[in-house]
Amino acid sequence: MASSIRVRAVQNGDVTSLKALVRHPMDSGFVKDSEGNVIPAHFIKVLSISHKGKDVVVANWGPAVSKDPFLECRFKGAKKGDELTISWIDNKGESDTTTATIA
Amino acid sequence: MTDQRRRGFLKGMLGVGVAGFALGAGMVPLRVEAAAAPDASDWPQKAFNTPGVDETIAELYGMEASESDQITMDLPTIAQNGAVVPVTVETTLPNVTSIALLVAKNPNALAAYFDISEGALPFVSNRLKMAETTDVVSVVISDGKAYKATQNVKVTVGGCGG
Repeated sequence: MASSIRVRAVQNGDVTSLKALVRHPMDSGFVKDSEGNVIPAHFIKVLSISHKGKDVVVANWGPAVSKDPFLECRFKGAKKGDELTISWIDNKGESDTTTATIA
Repeated sequence: MTDQRRRGFLKGMLGVGVAGFALGAGMVPLRVEAAAAPDASDWPQKAFNTPGVDETIAELYGMEASESDQITMDLPTIAQNGAVVPVTVETTLPNVTSIALLVAKNPNALAAYFDISEGALPFVSNRLKMAETTDVVSVVISDGKAYKATQNVKVTVGGCGG
Protein backbone atom coordinates (compact mmCIF):
# COMPACT_ATOMS: atom_id res chain seq x y z
CA MET A 1 0.00 0.00 0.00
CA ALA A 2 1.25 3.39 -0.88
CA SER A 3 2.22 5.51 2.05
CA SER A 4 0.14 8.53 2.97
CA ILE A 5 3.35 10.49 3.47
CA ARG A 6 5.47 12.01 0.76
CA VAL A 7 8.82 13.27 1.92
CA ARG A 8 11.68 15.05 0.34
CA ALA A 9 14.80 15.70 2.35
CA VAL A 10 17.72 17.55 0.82
CA GLN A 11 21.12 18.21 2.31
CA ASN A 12 22.38 21.74 1.75
CA GLY A 13 25.76 22.28 3.39
CA ASP A 14 25.30 21.22 7.01
CA VAL A 15 21.56 21.92 6.97
CA THR A 16 18.99 19.32 6.05
CA SER A 17 15.80 20.72 4.59
CA LEU A 18 12.76 18.49 4.80
CA LYS A 19 9.39 18.85 3.14
CA ALA A 20 6.60 16.47 4.01
CA LEU A 21 3.14 16.21 2.54
CA VAL A 22 0.61 13.93 4.19
CA ARG A 23 -2.63 12.80 2.60
CA HIS A 24 -5.25 13.28 5.29
CA PRO A 25 -8.75 14.87 5.38
CA MET A 26 -8.02 17.01 8.48
CA ASP A 27 -11.74 17.44 9.19
CA SER A 28 -12.20 20.10 11.83
CA GLY A 29 -15.54 18.99 13.21
CA PHE A 30 -17.06 22.37 12.29
CA VAL A 31 -17.92 21.57 8.68
CA LYS A 32 -21.27 20.15 7.57
CA ASP A 33 -21.81 17.92 4.56
CA SER A 34 -24.42 18.54 1.84
CA GLU A 35 -27.18 17.06 4.02
CA GLY A 36 -26.30 19.31 6.93
CA ASN A 37 -24.73 16.61 9.05
CA VAL A 38 -21.61 17.61 10.88
CA ILE A 39 -18.54 15.81 9.58
CA PRO A 40 -16.84 14.52 12.73
CA ALA A 41 -13.40 15.81 13.53
CA HIS A 42 -10.65 13.71 12.02
CA PHE A 43 -7.21 15.23 12.09
CA ILE A 44 -3.57 14.39 12.68
CA LYS A 45 -2.52 15.13 16.23
CA VAL A 46 1.18 14.44 16.18
CA LEU A 47 3.67 14.14 13.36
CA SER A 48 7.23 13.37 14.27
CA ILE A 49 10.41 13.50 12.28
CA SER A 50 13.22 11.49 13.72
CA HIS A 51 16.82 10.92 12.77
CA LYS A 52 18.76 8.00 14.27
CA GLY A 53 16.01 7.35 16.79
CA LYS A 54 15.91 10.92 18.05
CA ASP A 55 13.00 13.25 17.38
CA VAL A 56 14.22 16.29 15.47
CA VAL A 57 10.96 18.14 15.06
CA VAL A 58 7.61 17.10 16.48
CA ALA A 59 4.56 18.84 15.08
CA ASN A 60 1.47 18.95 17.28
CA TRP A 61 -1.42 19.75 15.03
CA GLY A 62 -4.97 20.82 15.68
CA PRO A 63 -7.93 20.74 13.33
CA ALA A 64 -7.00 24.19 11.99
CA VAL A 65 -4.19 22.71 9.91
CA SER A 66 -5.19 22.48 6.25
CA LYS A 67 -6.32 19.33 4.51
CA ASP A 68 -3.43 17.26 3.16
CA PRO A 69 -1.04 18.99 5.55
CA PHE A 70 2.34 20.23 4.46
CA LEU A 71 5.30 20.77 6.72
CA GLU A 72 8.71 22.17 6.03
CA CYS A 73 11.50 22.25 8.57
CA ARG A 74 15.28 22.44 8.70
CA PHE A 75 17.83 20.89 10.98
CA LYS A 76 21.52 20.24 11.42
CA GLY A 77 23.42 17.13 12.42
CA ALA A 78 22.41 14.79 9.62
CA LYS A 79 24.27 13.99 6.43
CA LYS A 80 23.49 12.88 2.94
CA GLY A 81 22.32 9.27 2.79
CA ASP A 82 21.04 9.26 6.38
CA GLU A 83 17.63 7.84 6.93
CA LEU A 84 14.77 9.81 8.46
CA THR A 85 11.60 8.36 9.90
CA ILE A 86 8.41 10.33 9.58
CA SER A 87 5.28 9.14 11.33
CA TRP A 88 1.90 10.50 12.35
CA ILE A 89 -1.04 9.53 14.50
CA ASP A 90 -4.51 11.05 14.30
CA ASN A 91 -7.39 11.52 16.73
CA LYS A 92 -8.92 8.19 15.70
CA GLY A 93 -5.74 6.34 16.51
CA GLU A 94 -4.83 5.73 12.88
CA SER A 95 -1.20 6.13 12.05
CA ASP A 96 1.36 5.80 9.32
CA THR A 97 5.12 5.71 9.13
CA THR A 98 7.56 6.13 6.32
CA THR A 99 11.27 6.48 5.89
CA ALA A 100 13.19 8.80 3.63
CA THR A 101 16.81 9.06 2.67
CA ILE A 102 18.44 12.46 2.65
CA ALA A 103 19.45 13.36 -0.89
CA MET B 1 -9.95 11.74 -5.80
CA THR B 2 -9.28 8.45 -7.54
CA ASP B 3 -6.82 10.23 -9.74
CA GLN B 4 -5.10 11.69 -6.74
CA ARG B 5 -4.87 8.28 -5.13
CA ARG B 6 -3.37 6.87 -8.27
CA ARG B 7 -0.81 9.59 -8.40
CA GLY B 8 0.06 8.94 -4.80
CA PHE B 9 0.37 5.27 -5.58
CA LEU B 10 2.65 5.85 -8.52
CA LYS B 11 4.85 8.16 -6.49
CA GLY B 12 4.82 5.55 -3.78
CA MET B 13 6.14 3.04 -6.25
CA LEU B 14 9.12 5.28 -6.87
CA GLY B 15 9.92 4.94 -3.21
CA VAL B 16 9.74 1.18 -3.49
CA GLY B 17 13.42 0.84 -2.69
CA VAL B 18 12.88 2.43 0.69
CA ALA B 19 9.68 0.49 1.32
CA GLY B 20 11.40 -2.70 0.31
CA PHE B 21 14.12 -2.02 2.78
CA ALA B 22 11.59 -1.44 5.52
CA LEU B 23 9.82 -4.71 4.80
CA GLY B 24 13.08 -6.57 4.37
CA ALA B 25 14.23 -5.36 7.74
CA GLY B 26 11.24 -7.12 9.24
CA MET B 27 9.45 -3.94 10.20
CA VAL B 28 5.70 -4.11 10.65
CA PRO B 29 3.71 -3.25 7.56
CA LEU B 30 2.66 0.32 6.98
CA ARG B 31 -0.76 1.55 8.07
CA VAL B 32 -0.78 -0.65 11.13
CA GLU B 33 -0.60 0.88 14.57
CA ALA B 34 3.07 0.18 14.63
CA ALA B 35 5.38 0.62 17.55
CA ALA B 36 6.90 3.52 15.65
CA ALA B 37 3.67 5.53 15.83
CA PRO B 38 4.18 8.75 17.73
CA ASP B 39 2.71 9.10 21.16
CA ALA B 40 -0.33 11.36 21.16
CA SER B 41 -0.98 11.11 24.88
CA ASP B 42 0.91 14.33 25.55
CA TRP B 43 -1.18 16.20 23.01
CA PRO B 44 -2.49 19.24 24.90
CA GLN B 45 -6.23 18.77 24.52
CA LYS B 46 -6.98 21.80 26.65
CA ALA B 47 -4.71 24.21 24.81
CA PHE B 48 -6.22 23.15 21.51
CA ASN B 49 -9.71 23.81 22.90
CA THR B 50 -9.05 27.31 24.19
CA PRO B 51 -10.38 30.35 22.34
CA GLY B 52 -8.38 33.57 22.42
CA VAL B 53 -4.69 34.10 21.77
CA ASP B 54 -3.48 35.17 25.22
CA GLU B 55 -5.51 32.49 26.98
CA THR B 56 -4.08 29.84 24.68
CA ILE B 57 -0.49 30.97 25.20
CA ALA B 58 -1.07 30.90 28.95
CA GLU B 59 -2.60 27.42 28.74
CA LEU B 60 0.09 26.01 26.48
CA TYR B 61 3.22 27.57 27.95
CA GLY B 62 2.05 28.91 31.30
CA MET B 63 3.42 32.39 30.63
CA GLU B 64 2.81 35.59 28.75
CA ALA B 65 4.58 36.32 25.50
CA SER B 66 6.26 39.65 24.80
CA GLU B 67 6.45 41.19 21.34
CA SER B 68 9.65 40.52 19.41
CA ASP B 69 10.93 41.88 16.11
CA GLN B 70 13.29 38.93 15.76
CA ILE B 71 10.52 36.68 14.55
CA THR B 72 9.97 36.69 10.81
CA MET B 73 6.57 35.60 9.58
CA ASP B 74 6.00 34.91 5.93
CA LEU B 75 2.36 34.67 4.94
CA PRO B 76 0.11 36.32 2.39
CA THR B 77 -1.53 39.60 3.38
CA ILE B 78 -4.54 38.62 1.30
CA ALA B 79 -5.54 34.97 1.14
CA GLN B 80 -7.95 34.07 -1.61
CA ASN B 81 -8.70 30.74 0.01
CA GLY B 82 -8.84 30.62 3.80
CA ALA B 83 -8.70 26.82 3.74
CA VAL B 84 -5.07 26.83 2.70
CA VAL B 85 -2.93 29.70 3.96
CA PRO B 86 0.79 28.99 3.92
CA VAL B 87 2.50 30.30 7.04
CA THR B 88 6.26 30.30 7.53
CA VAL B 89 7.94 31.33 10.75
CA GLU B 90 11.63 31.91 11.24
CA THR B 91 13.49 33.55 14.07
CA THR B 92 16.97 34.69 15.00
CA LEU B 93 16.24 34.17 18.70
CA PRO B 94 18.65 31.69 20.32
CA ASN B 95 17.92 28.29 21.89
CA VAL B 96 14.44 27.86 20.50
CA THR B 97 12.58 24.88 21.92
CA SER B 98 9.09 25.48 20.62
CA ILE B 99 7.18 27.40 17.97
CA ALA B 100 3.41 27.80 18.01
CA LEU B 101 1.03 29.14 15.39
CA LEU B 102 -2.24 30.70 16.48
CA VAL B 103 -5.12 32.05 14.45
CA ALA B 104 -6.88 34.70 16.51
CA LYS B 105 -10.39 34.40 15.13
CA ASN B 106 -10.64 30.65 14.72
CA PRO B 107 -13.01 28.92 17.16
CA ASN B 108 -9.93 27.57 18.90
CA ALA B 109 -6.91 29.78 18.47
CA LEU B 110 -4.13 27.19 18.53
CA ALA B 111 -3.49 25.72 15.08
CA ALA B 112 -0.20 23.96 15.58
CA TYR B 113 2.90 23.94 17.69
CA PHE B 114 6.26 22.39 17.09
CA ASP B 115 8.80 20.92 19.44
CA ILE B 116 12.16 22.03 18.12
CA SER B 117 15.07 19.85 19.17
CA GLU B 118 18.59 21.11 19.74
CA GLY B 119 19.79 20.33 16.23
CA ALA B 120 16.80 21.79 14.44
CA LEU B 121 16.77 25.31 13.09
CA PRO B 122 13.99 27.62 14.30
CA PHE B 123 12.12 27.46 11.03
CA VAL B 124 8.75 25.92 10.25
CA SER B 125 6.38 26.17 7.34
CA ASN B 126 2.84 24.93 7.54
CA ARG B 127 -0.54 25.50 5.91
CA LEU B 128 -3.43 26.66 8.07
CA LYS B 129 -7.16 27.15 7.79
CA MET B 130 -8.74 30.41 8.85
CA ALA B 131 -12.40 31.30 8.88
CA GLU B 132 -12.20 35.03 8.23
CA THR B 133 -9.84 37.97 8.11
CA THR B 134 -7.73 37.53 11.21
CA ASP B 135 -4.45 38.05 12.99
CA VAL B 136 -2.04 35.16 12.85
CA VAL B 137 0.22 35.01 15.88
CA SER B 138 3.43 33.04 16.13
CA VAL B 139 4.90 32.31 19.51
CA VAL B 140 8.53 31.32 19.95
CA ILE B 141 10.01 29.93 23.14
CA SER B 142 13.62 31.06 23.35
CA ASP B 143 15.80 30.50 26.43
CA GLY B 144 12.66 29.59 28.33
CA LYS B 145 10.91 32.88 27.55
CA ALA B 146 7.97 33.42 25.24
CA TYR B 147 8.05 35.87 22.36
CA LYS B 148 5.39 36.58 19.77
CA ALA B 149 4.83 38.28 16.45
CA THR B 150 1.55 39.09 14.77
CA GLN B 151 0.49 39.54 11.19
CA ASN B 152 -2.93 40.15 9.72
CA VAL B 153 -4.35 38.09 6.87
CA LYS B 154 -7.32 39.23 4.81
CA VAL B 155 -9.37 36.21 3.89
CA THR B 156 -11.67 36.62 0.93
CA VAL B 157 -13.15 33.11 1.06
CA GLY B 158 -13.46 31.43 4.46
CA GLY B 159 -11.77 28.18 5.34
CA CYS B 160 -14.77 26.56 6.97
CA GLY B 161 -16.61 25.61 3.79
CA GLY B 162 -14.26 22.66 3.41
